[in-house]
Amino acid sequence: MDLGINVIEMLLYLVAIIGFAAINAAYLVWVERKGAGHIQRRTGPKEVGPYGLLQPLADGAKLMSKQLIIPAGVDKPLFMVAPLLAMVPAVMIFVTIPFSENLVARDINIGLLVIFAFASVNVLSLLMGGWASRNKYAVISAARAVSQNVAYEIPLLVMTITIVLVSGSLNLREIVFSQAGAFWHWNWLPTNGNFLGPITFIMFFICYLAETNRAPFDLGEAESELIAGFHTEYGSMGFGLFFMGEYANIVIGSALIVILFLGGWYSPFPEVVPFLGSAGVWWFLLKMYLLIWLVVLIRWTFPRVTLWSLLNLSWKILIPFSLFNLLASAGLVKFLG
Amino acid sequence: MSSQALSQNNERFEVNLGPQHPATHGVLRVKLLMDGEYIVDAEPVLGYIHRMHELMGENRTWAQFLPNMGRLDYLSALSYNLGYVELVEKMAGIEVPERAEYIRVITTEMNRISSHLLWFGAFVLDLGGFTPLLYAFTDREEILDLLESVTGARLTYCYYRFGGCYNDVEDEFLSGCLAFIKRLRARMPMYHNLVTKNVILRQRLERVGPVSAEMCRKYGATGPVLRGSGVNYDVRKNEPYSIYPELDFDVPVYHEGDSMARYMVRMDEIEQCMRIIEQAIAKIPSGPVMAEKVPKMIKPEPGDYYHAVEAARGTFSIRAVSDGKNQAYRMKLRSPTFSNLSLFQEASKGMLLADALALMGSLDLVIPEIDR
Amino acid sequence: MNKANVIQELKALASEGMPEEPEVAAVAEEAAPEAEEGGKAKKAAPPEPRKNGLLEVDYARRGVHVDVQVAADQVVRAAEIVDAAGMTLEAVTGVDWINDKELEVVYDYAYTGGECFRVVVRARIPRDEANIPTITEVFAGANWHERETFDFFGINFEGHPQLEYLLLPEDCDFHPLLKDFKGC
Repeated sequence: MDLGINVIEMLLYLVAIIGFAAINAAYLVWVERKGAGHIQRRTGPKEVGPYGLLQPLADGAKLMSKQLIIPAGVDKPLFMVAPLLAMVPAVMIFVTIPFSENLVARDINIGLLVIFAFASVNVLSLLMGGWASRNKYAVISAARAVSQNVAYEIPLLVMTITIVLVSGSLNLREIVFSQAGAFWHWNWLPTNGNFLGPITFIMFFICYLAETNRAPFDLGEAESELIAGFHTEYGSMGFGLFFMGEYANIVIGSALIVILFLGGWYSPFPEVVPFLGSAGVWWFLLKMYLLIWLVVLIRWTFPRVTLWSLLNLSWKILIPFSLFNLLASAGLVKFLG
Repeated sequence: MSSQALSQNNERFEVNLGPQHPATHGVLRVKLLMDGEYIVDAEPVLGYIHRMHELMGENRTWAQFLPNMGRLDYLSALSYNLGYVELVEKMAGIEVPERAEYIRVITTEMNRISSHLLWFGAFVLDLGGFTPLLYAFTDREEILDLLESVTGARLTYCYYRFGGCYNDVEDEFLSGCLAFIKRLRARMPMYHNLVTKNVILRQRLERVGPVSAEMCRKYGATGPVLRGSGVNYDVRKNEPYSIYPELDFDVPVYHEGDSMARYMVRMDEIEQCMRIIEQAIAKIPSGPVMAEKVPKMIKPEPGDYYHAVEAARGTFSIRAVSDGKNQAYRMKLRSPTFSNLSLFQEASKGMLLADALALMGSLDLVIPEIDR
Repeated sequence: MNKANVIQELKALASEGMPEEPEVAAVAEEAAPEAEEGGKAKKAAPPEPRKNGLLEVDYARRGVHVDVQVAADQVVRAAEIVDAAGMTLEAVTGVDWINDKELEVVYDYAYTGGECFRVVVRARIPRDEANIPTITEVFAGANWHERETFDFFGINFEGHPQLEYLLLPEDCDFHPLLKDFKGC
């Protein structure tokens, strides 16, 4: 009996999460295109449905109905698995994300660890896709993606440790609980003895842009250099999965920043303010989508950096600073917090 | 770092950049020998859009060859038109009415602005910034509309005639040009704020792809490439033609020789073009736009004739050999980007792929003009 | 740059080829106006192919200042002279004088450092034995120009590092700007 309810519950969660991830990925494409259109003084998609809202469905139907072409000479198993590896871990990560106090599929004590464990699978999919494609551009792109991800995973983790130190937990809900209250209680500002909060926040945001391969750090798919990078040889849903995986990762990254720095589901207003002061999932989603919009803005404004300046930024600036930041935060938390 | 990378011989591989590649803006192919991300050798392979214009020049009359001039460099076609009609006028001794000269200069400079705007957008696109392209196109569109109202074409113009222009311009066109200049003046700071001052862009262009003045000289590079290397050479100043001596404008020169210098030269040239147009519109006299006595059949005296003009990308010159007939005996078209691109192989040695593409973008290539 | 020096050196070079005629330059100068008058005199008797020598031509009319014809084996030295003067190579091209059974290779040089000065150097070679030394050692940019001339005229530039088709397909077997080219 218990087991049956459990199974049903899990299935429901699974469907809801896959649905959430898929809808987000699909509609972020719409947001991106509409946003790009807005920034570039054109309309963006507008023909399919009102405001082009059905465009993602049409795109999805097109991608799914296309033939999956497997070029001659590719490493077939790897070639087929790579897009799956891009999408599946992203869905898995959603399991641990608390959208509000109770809206979480699995409240795991080591939630943060789970997220980073699954997130690091993403680079494997880029490497496999690039390598298996038997295309020189894809191989160059895969090499770039790996060096970029290795370089940025380190400061990202070090800065996460800083937050863990301040919050005293690896559980995502606990981390949010430690930021209870209006916006000046959140980790992005110097609160809770975390005096280096703003620096940590900005560095974390940069690392997150780099980790998700977003402009200006989208070296893996630098279209003016590498055509389409690791997914040059992919068409149909192979490409579609890579694409959705990329957007799912953006959602995850933004959700993670909201949890770690922006007070999760808490309202930016003090609790005494009527309506606006109450915490809830809408605040979480609002913050998350604002961050995503910021990412879209950045993509359509800046040119791309080169690989060396990207790696220099990580190894020469972000890693030393994040280590220093960790030590300083630890000291501050110990003596002042 | 680069020499170290080049010394290792073990993991080199060849990459075909093009003929279909987003960065080559057309059908240029570059055979790259790479060592990781470093370029060991980059050999441009031309000819994918070769149309043998020079042979067409030999079997068409002087007038029949005129439309071909719009098909070389489709982005600044009027400069090429101008070069050709001035050459034929020089051969046949045709005097051009003053008003026609002014119209020619105004339209040519408008065309130059549109060419530089398109380059600006495409260049930033090469560097991964998508948005400036659309902004530049908005402005370029205005120029194309204005030029269309006079020439009837948007891209492959054939507006000048031996001895003048096809038709007179109306005052609306001139006031439209002034309105456009006012608009572009207001928008130039936006371009500089959005792009020129962007720290990522500066990082990618400054000290990247240096081309020395000596290299320019050995390869015959001209135009903004040469001026970005510190050589003050502009055919409009050094070998004046048309009414340029009567107009007051500066030749922007930058001494760094890097991609940023070439970028700045073109951006400053847009400003200078606007100055030229304003002065020309202020000074334009009334009168006919076509010489009265233009022979129907042009038969120049035998011999060699040479004429050079400053196109948007450098010196465009024509060497025509006449044997006294109504067709050229030999028509040599010297296109600027042909020489400008030829230095790419030497200049890109040991560079990173991304930097080499920035260098290639800063050369401002138009492939149909290279291949002719 | 000293224009007079360049002219002097080119003149000396051009007259080197024909020691039996000490005043080649003068002869050439006389010949030039005759050729330029063109028209009627020409139809009666086609003029002789131009002899080697230097002309200072009417810039306003012709677009160049100095026009010098040298022997085929002197083009490299001519290039060295203009290179020493700091001039740049604008183009290399050919002309097919089929009636004289000769091909002409034309080098356009310009000065980009200041006041305009254009020099054209030309050399004539027999049509059936179209060999001329390359000037890529002097001007690296001549590489592509000479390849293009090879494409169009089949002129063999001796010592060229990579004399392959540049603009034409690599497997073609014709040279379209030769006057006896009848299409392919």
